[in-house]
Amino acid sequence: MYQLLDFIPSIPVAKSTEIVMDWLTDTFAGFFDVIKESGKFSMERVTDILEWIPPILFILIIAVIAFFATKRKFGLAIFSIVGLLFIYNQGLWEELMNTITLVLFASILAVIIGIPLGILMSKSKFAEATIQPLLDFMQTMPGFVYLIPAVAFFGIGVVPGVFASIIFALPPVVRFTNLGIRQVPKELVEAADSYGSTGWQKLYKVELPIAMPTIMAGVNQTVLLSLSMVVIASMIGAPGLGREVLSALQQAKVGNGFVAGVSLVILAIIFDRLTQSINKKRQE
Amino acid sequence: MWFYPTNGKENGMEKIKIENVSKIFGRHLNQALKLVEQKKSKTEVLKQTGATIGVYNANFTVNEGEIFVIMGLSGSGKSTLVRLLNRLIEPTSGNIYIDGENISKMNKQQLIKVRREKMSMVFQNFGLFPQRTVLANTEYGLEIRGIPKEERRLKAEKALDNAGLLPYKDQYPSQLSGGMQQRVGLARALANDPDILLMDEAFSALDPLIRKDMQDELLDLQQKMKKTIIFITHDLNEALRIGDRIALMKDGEIIQIGTGEEILTNPANDYVRTFLEDVDRSKVLTVENAMIRPISINIDVDGPKVALQRMREEEVSVVLAVNKLREFKGYITADDALEASKRGEGSLVNYLRTDMPTVQKDMYIQDVLSIISDSKTPLAVVQDEKLVGVLIRGVVIEALSSSDENEGVKENVPAT
Repeated sequence: MYQLLDFIPSIPVAKSTEIVMDWLTDTFAGFFDVIKESGKFSMERVTDILEWIPPILFILIIAVIAFFATKRKFGLAIFSIVGLLFIYNQGLWEELMNTITLVLFASILAVIIGIPLGILMSKSKFAEATIQPLLDFMQTMPGFVYLIPAVAFFGIGVVPGVFASIIFALPPVVRFTNLGIRQVPKELVEAADSYGSTGWQKLYKVELPIAMPTIMAGVNQTVLLSLSMVVIASMIGAPGLGREVLSALQQAKVGNGFVAGVSLVILAIIFDRLTQSINKKRQE
Repeated sequence: MWFYPTNGKENGMEKIKIENVSKIFGRHLNQALKLVEQKKSKTEVLKQTGATIGVYNANFTVNEGEIFVIMGLSGSGKSTLVRLLNRLIEPTSGNIYIDGENISKMNKQQLIKVRREKMSMVFQNFGLFPQRTVLANTEYGLEIRGIPKEERRLKAEKALDNAGLLPYKDQYPSQLSGGMQQRVGLARALANDPDILLMDEAFSALDPLIRKDMQDELLDLQQKMKKTIIFITHDLNEALRIGDRIALMKDGEIIQIGTGEEILTNPANDYVRTFLEDVDRSKVLTVENAMIRPISINIDVDGPKVALQRMREEEVSVVLAVNKLREFKGYITADDALEASKRGEGSLVNYLRTDMPTVQKDMYIQDVLSIISDSKTPLAVVQDEKLVGVLIRGVVIEALSSSDENEGVKENVPAT
């Protein structure tokens, strides 16, 4: 029995994957370089700008946004002030700015790629049937695995970090966009059609506005997922709070690890509440 | 408030024409079509082919300015049929003409043009866009046609004003009651100034009182605007109330087309008859449908002998009296005629009783019920003063309770 199974030689999946990856890396080396350099350049500029803003002003701006986004309640505003002051106090301000840049780039790009993909899925059964398993694959694959192609394509640094984060954070916004558009009541789609809307008119005048709360829930998830990728991305040299956590782990410094971890949690809460409150505002 | 049913032909041009239109959902369309031709039921077809019959072989024409009601129970295919008209659902086979143009052969661009300019639809659950204000909803049809902002705003405001909704223009649909929401739906449809209104169970989601108001409003509106309206409903009373003509559907097939009265008096088959059972017939039947042949004498000529002879012949105790012109004058009882005969009088003029109420031939039974119940005598039915029939309580009740006795009513030619 066992010998029978051994008759089949081991299929060289790992080997062929490597060959494909090598081919991709070689063939598109120029392309990847351009992306890497321009990505690195623009991200560094954004980080520069964020760091140029005096911390106290930055904290106040966030607090004011939080205050108005939550219908003039003080809760989130006070939390933001205290939390960000704590991070500043612990000497992690620069790392915080790096992390914010990474999360912003990763989530904005994920949204830019994800919403059109979700729309495509909602409009075509074929697209849904092909993209759906891909999303399942992306979500079940451990985040670490994405680091390998990221490094292969972009080397070490912040750009491969963003690349890995995008892959990791993409599925929710795609799924929620698809779901949101499919959930638009049939009668409203018929109403749009019966008045002679073109496909585009129907999409941006009826379907997207109605699906927006659902899409925003997906955006919220995507932002949080890319934030959770920060630590993993630091393994390939992405700067920021993640790198602090990683080095604390490597040097077994419990205290430093705790402080960096708490800083990440504070950032996560602010991001989450802010994106959620934008969504709530829309629904009213 | 009653909109008198008119004969469709009087309204002039043929607006919509449907020829052998079928819609089958699912696969094995040809096989399914064959089975339907063999008169297999909907369930049998579904069992054998997995295909669902939406509409089968529909044929009808709708004239300009007509309210054409398509009626049937849920699942009868009426909502599918109305969606075939603007091709929200693609027909499987058949031709649909609007103003002589074949809609079913149009490409996407042409279809969009027709939808924008010729017809608007009103939906059962209003179909209002929740993120748009009442005004923005009303503007929708104009907006997608690319009409300039100022112009579409003016048109939309006018449509809202007509519906009495202008003060609510900045509110959102969810802030309005159901009846008001449907008024917005109607205003949105009319802002486009279409020739054709497709109304899919437009009033079915409203409570009965509001529904009646909306029906009245629609009829008032129709008096002024003369649109061609296709109205879908499952409510026969609604159909009879607003429809110039009614098409009855069952299992995807149209089983009878006619005016409300034609359908009530001559149901095409048992299905229609059972469908009609719960209708309030008093609102539809006219006096003419329930009256019987009058037994009369000419008061100017006939004396007591003739009167008594007529009563014996017909086995009644009362005869109606008319003059030479057949104008109704009153009635003579058997006792009075006998009395006159005993006294040897030649004329019955002095014995004429005049306390019998008269009703017009084209009045609705509903409107004469109170007269019947207050009156001790039967009612005389007149048209232009001339006696044409008599209304007896028992016959009225019979007419209201069933449609099988209509043969007798049909042949009520005034006796001479």
